Amino acid sequence: MSDRWDVVVVGAGIVGAACALECASRGLRTAIVEGRGIGGGATAAGMGHIVVMDDSPAQMALTHYSQTLWQELSDRLPRDVEYEPCGTLWVASDEEEMQEVHRKSALYATAGIATAILDSQMLADAEPHLRKPLAGALLVPSDAVLYPPCAAGYLLREALRLGARLYAPRTVLSAQAGKARLDDGSELQAARIVHACGADAAELLPGLPIRKRKGHLVITDRYPGFVRHQLVELGYLKSAHSLTADSVAFNVQPRRTGQVLIGSSRQYNTEGPAVDAQILSSMIERAQWYLPEIGALSAIRAWTGFRAATPDKLPLIGPWPEDDSLFLATGHEGLGITTSLGTARILVDHLLGEQTKIPIEPYLPSRFARSEAHA
Amino acid sequence: MSEHFDILVVGAGPAGIAAAVSAAAAGKRVGLADDNPAPGGQIWRSGTFQPAAARRWLARLNAAPLVRLQGWRIFDSPQRGTLRAERNSDCRDLCYEQLILATGARERFLPFPGWTLPNVMGAGGLDAMVRGGLPIAGKRVVVAGTGPLLLAVAAHLARRGAKVVAVCEQAPLRRIVPLTAALLGEPAKLLQGIAYGVAARGARFFTGCWPIAVNGREKLESVTLQRNRKHWDVGCDYLACGFHLVPNLELPALLGCRIENGFVVADDLQRTSVADVFCAGEPTGIGGVELALLEGQVAGLAAAGRTAEAEKLARRRKRQGFVHALRTASVLDPQLGKLASDTTIVCRCEDVPFAALREHANWRDAKLHTRCGMGPCQGRICGTAAEFLFGWSAASVQSSIRPPVFPALVSSLGASAKETCQSDGLPSAGASTGSQKEIL
Ligand SMILES: Cc1cc2nc3c(=O)[nH]c(=O)nc-3n(C[C@H](O)[C@H](O)[C@H](O)COP(=O)(O)OP(=O)(O)OC[C@H]3O[C@@H](n4cnc5c(N)ncnc54)[C@H](O)[C@@H]3O)c2cc1C
Repeated sequence: MSDRWDVVVVGAGIVGAACALECASRGLRTAIVEGRGIGGGATAAGMGHIVVMDDSPAQMALTHYSQTLWQELSDRLPRDVEYEPCGTLWVASDEEEMQEVHRKSALYATAGIATAILDSQMLADAEPHLRKPLAGALLVPSDAVLYPPCAAGYLLREALRLGARLYAPRTVLSAQAGKARLDDGSELQAARIVHACGADAAELLPGLPIRKRKGHLVITDRYPGFVRHQLVELGYLKSAHSLTADSVAFNVQPRRTGQVLIGSSRQYNTEGPAVDAQILSSMIERAQWYLPEIGALSAIRAWTGFRAATPDKLPLIGPWPEDDSLFLATGHEGLGITTSLGTARILVDHLLGEQTKIPIEPYLPSRFARSEAHA
Repeated sequence: MSEHFDILVVGAGPAGIAAAVSAAAAGKRVGLADDNPAPGGQIWRSGTFQPAAARRWLARLNAAPLVRLQGWRIFDSPQRGTLRAERNSDCRDLCYEQLILATGARERFLPFPGWTLPNVMGAGGLDAMVRGGLPIAGKRVVVAGTGPLLLAVAAHLARRGAKVVAVCEQAPLRRIVPLTAALLGEPAKLLQGIAYGVAARGARFFTGCWPIAVNGREKLESVTLQRNRKHWDVGCDYLACGFHLVPNLELPALLGCRIENGFVVADDLQRTSVADVFCAGEPTGIGGVELALLEGQVAGLAAAGRTAEAEKLARRRKRQGFVHALRTASVLDPQLGKLASDTTIVCRCEDVPFAALREHANWRDAKLHTRCGMGPCQGRICGTAAEFLFGWSAASVQSSIRPPVFPALVSSLGASAKETCQSDGLPSAGASTGSQKEIL
């Protein structure tokens, strides 16, 4: 038995769901296959910070583009997505980090993103529970937070409403040459297969330059107003993105429920999902340095998740050079909630031969096929 | 801060008391930790139900040379050989060579229309509040559900002057009397005596009967009962309910003990699948007080290295033909799973109604998309209910157990275990936080 589709999307995390919706809304006959639960992979573990990041011009282009897409969508998001435009405060603990605030502010301005620079006193007023004194902060008001599993659920439901078909729970055993073989023995045929398997991507496509990068989070009981913005340390760039060592960074989020979500950690070379006491302890120690009273809140759960990390910290979006039918939408590391919408948009533009709003070149998988797969 | 024990026992119910007393008698340094301020567990703590065996064991406990860690709740195992406990806002690491888990069981709640109204409580919960000073004299109470605690609670409340207007046991009498007798460790006759005692104070005792709705605006005013397809309303001030017991498996699961069919797998000497970890009492199967006492003694002796004595006791267990009581599924009438309406709240922490859950295929999906079980009770109430309502096998917490297994202060969860218990003598690996130095 075999069904024919224009596009088969493999994986219903937030990236796959966004791709399916984009395909369906552009009139493509779309199927989406999910092996576990909708948004049950990295999407279930993510913090849901919709954030513009500027590690590289390409990262900034994709996060900014995506952030505006989320903003456009925000009015239509159902309540359970918990979209809150709370903004980000990039917290500077010293003068050196204050320079980073100024640099960032100037850079964001060139991209047309409004920011505000807060001095020590303004920061203390904005976030009374932060330690005092801190040097200041950069406020990015257009950043937001949301609850990722329900966001993925919403995007998927919209895709289904527009005619897409969901196969779940079904695992794709192989996907190549326009055929996706499912674990019930059936086969889906498609002109294009979009591979959105997140951190599991290399299982279906061995040789993909994707490594799993584990993260820990802790959530508290409800303390409305304890923090008001997503708070991120400016050491983040120095620590969390160092590509080799394990690291922790101060990254705390207010949930609409009043809960406080505490992050974050990054580790390579650990496959198991178990919570690591040492990492948890370093992460919490770090949060307590910035928010001395956070220790007195009640923690109700901790969990881990795996980010799909690429060597250059940019996702893989676009055709896979070794198979004409195969498109990739994976490798989003710690930004896939944010960049899901932009990813879907440029992927489908490219697939339909249309002009993409931002250049797709930096994300094309061919950058690795040339340098690594054929080496 | 940390403390070291040869043998650490978790849970001070009958199994844990027997284990701790036996291990201490063998000359070991023993710690006995329990999150309740008083020993005795669900069954003995109330003081209602202190048969000779209870008084004997509590006396032995008082005389035993062991460290009582009363009121400490264990929420994590930051490394092998260490459990982390919290009391108020104190945090302590408890280090052990051998561990005996005697974590007991808790009541199961099932949702039905109105069950979230104030003054609808767990049977054990109301019992505890009355002991804590809640005035109950002259108040009208309906006790309903199924299981061994109902009669004990009804008897206690009646003695405290409550007007117990009805005791509704869901199961038919022929099934419940032997079961209740076994679980409380009381001969059936005595038990019937208690039932009559409750009755003599004016209560009506129904079997094959359960609540189908609670009525009232701000709080409970009456409860609608059903028996043989007949419905009627009973006015009351409190409804105390509980639907049998579910084992507390969080700690065994956190430590990686093998769990099959909802219970911890233990051998004749109460050893679990994890080295140096024993388990006794209800987590290995709902079997009642006498069996719990026996398993506790076996575990205590075995952990203390008194293997021959432990084996002898274990043989007695076989000879006397102790069996674990009926599994919950065969105890609960399937109709109880159909009482909730679409709008009936199943998860009280997160206000999730029955209809929202029904759409989902399994517990994890339901949890992620509705937040069911994501609140401070961590699914202890709604997870066990969902297991019965939807047949979701993984609904119990053990499927995704992670620290903290109980809510704990962020600072307690984050306290470093580095300097405390070095069970294997190796320095802990720890996260490299080299980059922090650049900032701090
Ligand atoms: C701790 C942590 C914090 C994070 N915080 C943020 C944040 O604040 N902001 C942000 O933007 N991002 C954040 N992220 C990153 C974000 O969560 C991920 O980038 C994003 O969820 C990736 O989505 P995805 O759809 O690619 O992957 P996933 O959500 O993992 O989805 C992949 C899906 O594919 C399915 N699948 C895989 N193989 C098959 C197969 N063969 N057949 C069928 N189905 C298959 C899987 O079951 C899964 O559901 C965070 C990540 C972590 C771990």
